[in-house]
Amino acid sequence: MNYSSTKRALAVLITCIFLSLPYGCNGEAPHKPSAGATILPQTKPDNGPQAYPEDVPSNLPVFTMDYPRIQIPFEITLWMLLASFAKIGFHVYHKITIWVPESCLLISIGLIVGAIMHSVLEEPPAVLSSNVFFLYMLPPIVLDSGYFMPTRLFFENVGTVMWFAVVGTLWNSIGIGVSLFAICHIEAFGVQDINLQENLLFAAIISAVDPVAVLSVFEDISVNEQLYIVVFGECLFSDAVTVVLYSMFTFVAEMEVVEPEDVFLGVARFLVVGLGGMGFGVLFGFVAAFTTRFTSKVREIEPLLIFMFSYLAYLVAELFAISSIMAIVCCALTMKYYVEENVSQRSSTTIRHVVKMLGSISETLIFFFLGVVTITTEHEWNWGYILFTLLFTFLWRGLGVLVLTLIINPFRTIPFNMKDQFGLAYGGLRGAISFALAFTLPDSIGRKQLFITATIAVILFTVFLQGISIRPLIELINVRRTNRDVETINVEIHSRLMEHTMAGIEDLCGQWSHFYWKDKFMKFNNRILRRILIRDSRAESSIVALYKKLELQNAMEILDTVSGDISAAPSLVSLQGEKKESTNPKKTFMAEDLKNMHDLLSKNMYKIRQRTVAFTSKHALPNDDQPREILIRRHANIRRSLRHGSFQSTIPRSQKYFSLPTGQNLGSKYPSVRRRYADDHETMSEVAYPTRRSRFNQPKRSSSGAMMPLHTLETLKEVPSTDVLNESQSESFSKDQCKPQTGSSYRDSRFPTHRRHFNPPFDNNNGSADDLRNEDEAEEEQRRRHRGALRLPPSWAAEPRDNAPRNPLLRRPQWNPKK
Amino acid sequence: MLMINVFVSSVSTEQIKNLHMRFQQLCGNEKTLRKEHLENIPTLADNPIKTEIIKAFFDKRNQHNNELGSYEEIGFEEFLMVMSHFRPPSIKTSAEEKAAMRKRKVRFLFNMHDTDGDGKITLEEYRKVGIVEGLLSESESIGQEVARAIADAAMLEVASTNVPNMVREVTKITLALFLHFACPQILKDLEMESRMYVRFLDMNTANLRCGK
Repeated sequence: MNYSSTKRALAVLITCIFLSLPYGCNGEAPHKPSAGATILPQTKPDNGPQAYPEDVPSNLPVFTMDYPRIQIPFEITLWMLLASFAKIGFHVYHKITIWVPESCLLISIGLIVGAIMHSVLEEPPAVLSSNVFFLYMLPPIVLDSGYFMPTRLFFENVGTVMWFAVVGTLWNSIGIGVSLFAICHIEAFGVQDINLQENLLFAAIISAVDPVAVLSVFEDISVNEQLYIVVFGECLFSDAVTVVLYSMFTFVAEMEVVEPEDVFLGVARFLVVGLGGMGFGVLFGFVAAFTTRFTSKVREIEPLLIFMFSYLAYLVAELFAISSIMAIVCCALTMKYYVEENVSQRSSTTIRHVVKMLGSISETLIFFFLGVVTITTEHEWNWGYILFTLLFTFLWRGLGVLVLTLIINPFRTIPFNMKDQFGLAYGGLRGAISFALAFTLPDSIGRKQLFITATIAVILFTVFLQGISIRPLIELINVRRTNRDVETINVEIHSRLMEHTMAGIEDLCGQWSHFYWKDKFMKFNNRILRRILIRDSRAESSIVALYKKLELQNAMEILDTVSGDISAAPSLVSLQGEKKESTNPKKTFMAEDLKNMHDLLSKNMYKIRQRTVAFTSKHALPNDDQPREILIRRHANIRRSLRHGSFQSTIPRSQKYFSLPTGQNLGSKYPSVRRRYADDHETMSEVAYPTRRSRFNQPKRSSSGAMMPLHTLETLKEVPSTDVLNESQSESFSKDQCKPQTGSSYRDSRFPTHRRHFNPPFDNNNGSADDLRNEDEAEEEQRRRHRGALRLPPSWAAEPRDNAPRNPLLRRPQWNPKK
Repeated sequence: MLMINVFVSSVSTEQIKNLHMRFQQLCGNEKTLRKEHLENIPTLADNPIKTEIIKAFFDKRNQHNNELGSYEEIGFEEFLMVMSHFRPPSIKTSAEEKAAMRKRKVRFLFNMHDTDGDGKITLEEYRKVGIVEGLLSESESIGQEVARAIADAAMLEVASTNVPNMVREVTKITLALFLHFACPQILKDLEMESRMYVRFLDMNTANLRCGK
């Protein structure tokens, strides 16, 4: 499997190369057009006529080729495809990428391709010109990292990250530069002509860490978050610092004399460039967020906006020669939070996918070219200089981490121990940025070749040696790990609880740090920023967000298993327990059971037919009413199952369905259950889809419509079993049960009033302030929404709720056709 | 007293002095601290779980002597005792000590939930104590109903994370063993000892800390 698939991938690659090679030769007609035509759909799938294309020049040409016209995009496409094939190839057999990082593999493939190209004396594509790299290749990579930066973690460790990124990179550049300069005085190496500025420039280039490989290893074995985020952030921001340093040093390297005041100017420029980039980024981030506030009607272009604004931030920063990396990263960080609330679920997914895709293809290409170029460029090999460069990169990295942690540790709550420091130091791989920067060195640098060679040597050495060995080493020394991917509501609740507690305690102690500022920022965010930037500006707690996410996930799962055991549906968390229960006894279904299932199905499978309608409009995205409805139903389900106490395993299985609406039971603590349901539906479904208010009317109607039959079903059949299940139920419930005429009329008069007349319902038999408030809120929601869409749901008008005991199945035709 | 000693030995006298100053500042000219004092802290006013935090300070259970109920007023010693829950771990802290610290922190959280002090968190408590609602109410629009739904879901989650059979019997109404089952299982992922901490201010480093 392993070998065959790799070989296959290789074969594909090589064919590709051979196909693309001739095309590269200034557009002359391909030698093997037939093969090209079959594999590459870009050319016409026509095998025959090439043999005689020139014979009939006067007539209307049946077949023509204009390669130069398409050359550039064609070759770009081919290269991308090639890189993608390579990537696919590695992942066919997953174990390779576990032990050998992808970047290593890509470089290796690149080396092979380079060797082939070299042997046929082909020039590599001129992709790595300064402009191409900085304007097209770099932005996607950085946007990718910026957009997927774990925000909370980052801000918890922002000090350390910045410390390592800024000071660490400076430390490395200056340290390596100066010591290399010292080496240059040794005559035996023959590199006396390299002056200090050039050494510093070179050192700046190779201090950009790019631990893609390390990060994926860290993710795999889930090292502690602090280590992860520091490596992640360091990589991102050290790129920014390096690029700044690079541009400064290229400038300095061309100067004849460096005056002392130039140093100060340099420092000032450094700050201006960095902070300016940050400012532009934040500015554009807010603008982007603000723009998405108004895109509810044009969902199609939402993702585009995000990309354009990020890119604009980047370009504008380039325009003013301030740190464009900073700009795009800050832009992504700023807008992400707001944008993801404004745009639809689909757009958000699209954004994420495209960001990832662009980033990864860009990175793949760079590593790939790294391999190619390693072979095809002319090298200037100087043992002494290169070996010492390697030595110093290691040395200064290690020293830097030691010294910097020593300084930062007293300020950290969780100090880095020796193992973490090892991870940090060893994770300092060099990569794409260094490589690209080395290639974009101006020609005026005398030893450009040597620098390129040394940079490539450093990259190859670190990527291969450290990249491959870091996994076993990290596992060996057993770095503190963290369980990062547990998402439960409890975790969310308690982490919030802890944060607030800590903020409170800090207030009590009268000393403010992290939690205090976070608290203040959140307040500012909720009160001002969200109001401006988010359409539905009511703040949504992360707990609610997570809750909804879990709900939705669960709903999807249930949808998948819907045919099998629908009994697993009742609740989110009792799912596991219930599944076991329900899958084991594959008994024959009683008539009662069948009826129940029918009932459940009729509620769970709703308006599937409507689906087709959604795709008719060309420019509109398919609407996602359905998942929303699933969510709402799920919510209703979980509430019901919880109320009747789904823990109680004593309930016979056949009664489960009946006991669903025993929501009433627990609900008897609350005076009016019906209203609760409605209320609950309002708030929950509304928060769930804040972006979709305009179209909201329909599903709500049908979902609460679905609630009704459940209720009636219960009043029909539940009576005998209630006593068994709910010994402790209060009287209000049994009153409801025993005197259906009063109970139901009470409920029914109340409920339709909501819908029909929008009058605040009179509260006759409960006086709790909470309920009143709820009621009013619900009312207001109602009114607000109905003002937007005043068409009344016919179901409510048509439904004579007074004759409550009706079979839900009978009612179905009434509310189904109207959709 | 043991815990106090541990606490005192783990923080510098400088820090203790600081806390003492703060304590005196809080209670005005009196010797003891009462609830009103804490309620008047302006910065605390916005905290969604303000009442729970204040309650925790006067909770006898947090004084490590297995009593129930709450004090009317507390002295500096008790104040320190509560504060000692939030000691940051140092590099020298051993694994057992860390485990103990974590346990105390979990206990502290648990006590915030468990209002009636019976060692169990009931669904009602989880719902009504106001922690969940408080946390959510920070975003104003969320109704109580949602808060309750979330508390329910969280409870269910606890129920399903633990041994199912056990829970099904136990949690008819109450969910006992929250501490012993739920907390270690669910909360260990949060790395309690590294999250719940206050860096007690040390005068000497006060200026340096601004950089962070």
